[in-house]
Amino acid sequence: MAATGLFLCIFLLGHLAGNLQLFLTDEAGKLQFNAYALFMTTFPAVKILSYLTYFSIVFHAVDGFLLTIQNRKARPTKYAYSRPDKNTNFAARNMAVLGSLILVFIVLHMRSFWYEMHWGELGTDAAGNRDLHTLVMTSFKNWWYTLIYVISMGVLGFHLWHGFQSGFQSLGLSHPRYSPIIKKTGYAFAVLIPLLFAVIPVYIYFFG
Amino acid sequence: MNLKLKIWRQKGPKDNGKMVDYPISDISPDMSFLEMIDVLNDQLVEKGDEPVAFDHDCREGICGSCSMYINGEPHGPGRGITTCQLHMRSFNDGDTIHIEPWRAAPFPIIKDLVTDRSAFDRIIQAGGYISVNSGSPVDANAIPINKQNSDEAFDAATCIGCGACVAACKNASAMLFTSAKVSHLSLLPQGEVEAQKRVLAMVNQMDEEGFGNCTNTGACEVECPKGISLEHIARMNRQFLGAAISHSPEKGGGGGE
Repeated sequence: MAATGLFLCIFLLGHLAGNLQLFLTDEAGKLQFNAYALFMTTFPAVKILSYLTYFSIVFHAVDGFLLTIQNRKARPTKYAYSRPDKNTNFAARNMAVLGSLILVFIVLHMRSFWYEMHWGELGTDAAGNRDLHTLVMTSFKNWWYTLIYVISMGVLGFHLWHGFQSGFQSLGLSHPRYSPIIKKTGYAFAVLIPLLFAVIPVYIYFFG
Repeated sequence: MNLKLKIWRQKGPKDNGKMVDYPISDISPDMSFLEMIDVLNDQLVEKGDEPVAFDHDCREGICGSCSMYINGEPHGPGRGITTCQLHMRSFNDGDTIHIEPWRAAPFPIIKDLVTDRSAFDRIIQAGGYISVNSGSPVDANAIPINKQNSDEAFDAATCIGCGACVAACKNASAMLFTSAKVSHLSLLPQGEVEAQKRVLAMVNQMDEEGFGNCTNTGACEVECPKGISLEHIARMNRQFLGAAISHSPEKGGGGGE
């Protein structure tokens, strides 16, 4: 869980860096983004990273599912009265639910863009590249699609709030000097990364 | 103080069990929680009812026997205390108090609030020892051990094995208990020799007992009456990963098996 989770955190950084180009909604931005999309789907080194990412998502989800079943079995009878809010935070208690919601989002998200980029019927831009940029722009002109995206980023934020530092702990990376830094970095990561992801579709909706 | 108690009653391991209401009055706020249960049991015996079975021994927070899940938390409200160190002044007149046993598959209920915690003993038997007699206490400082290690080993050694960590964990994981034992021994030179073998054996036994997995929620650390830190879990994870990669079982020779 930890290794794949932390790898997916790195993936998020890369994905976000690419997405930031979507702030360019004009013709030049379109050409740049479509060229970038072509590079990301064809360059061999990126392809290897993609396969690693697919594997990580599947492994993380399946392993999480199996571990959750084991954990449920470890307590067959629930407490009649329990106050988990007294000793844990919301994110830590609900990683499986948050993760499942993220998985639903990933399926939806990949259907919308990844599938269309690979096998969909996209037009071409002035440079002759498949025009993913226009698809993104029109998708986020849809208010409910943008809303689902923004809510999903909120869910991702909670998942990362616990997950980032939890990954280090599971790998045994704990140190009196570095652990506080890891935790703070994790909280900042959990707020900033999903926030930046979410700002892009909102920007497109209002100004794109 | 007048209180409404809701207590888990279960006749035996096979019984289904249920929460039963017991109103109780004239409780002194200076009583300990177990004394309050003693008063209830006296009243139940007088009425000819079956008293509530519960584990207790030293009643001073060092034996790890008492184990009640009170108002949704192991050992009740308050931090760094066992049930026997909880006093009725922590509650208000008229409160409803829910009392349940530890709930985990590896801790089957024997009766009422009494659970069988021998799973912990088996984890200890799997490796929570050193194989040679370390002799009588040697001169202080005869073996150089740095202060940090000796402090951390001592902190880990304060674990009384009550099982509050398992009871608090949403996954009923025994990682805090097991890691406290692993840390305690591996941080000191006498125990370090067998550290790799120990961590593999104890973690393996822990899994075999059917405890859940650690998702680092930190509930155990909050509820532990001895304040055992999550750092011990990280240390155990670290040692386990290292041992899983590099430990080679001993080859024949020498006495033994």
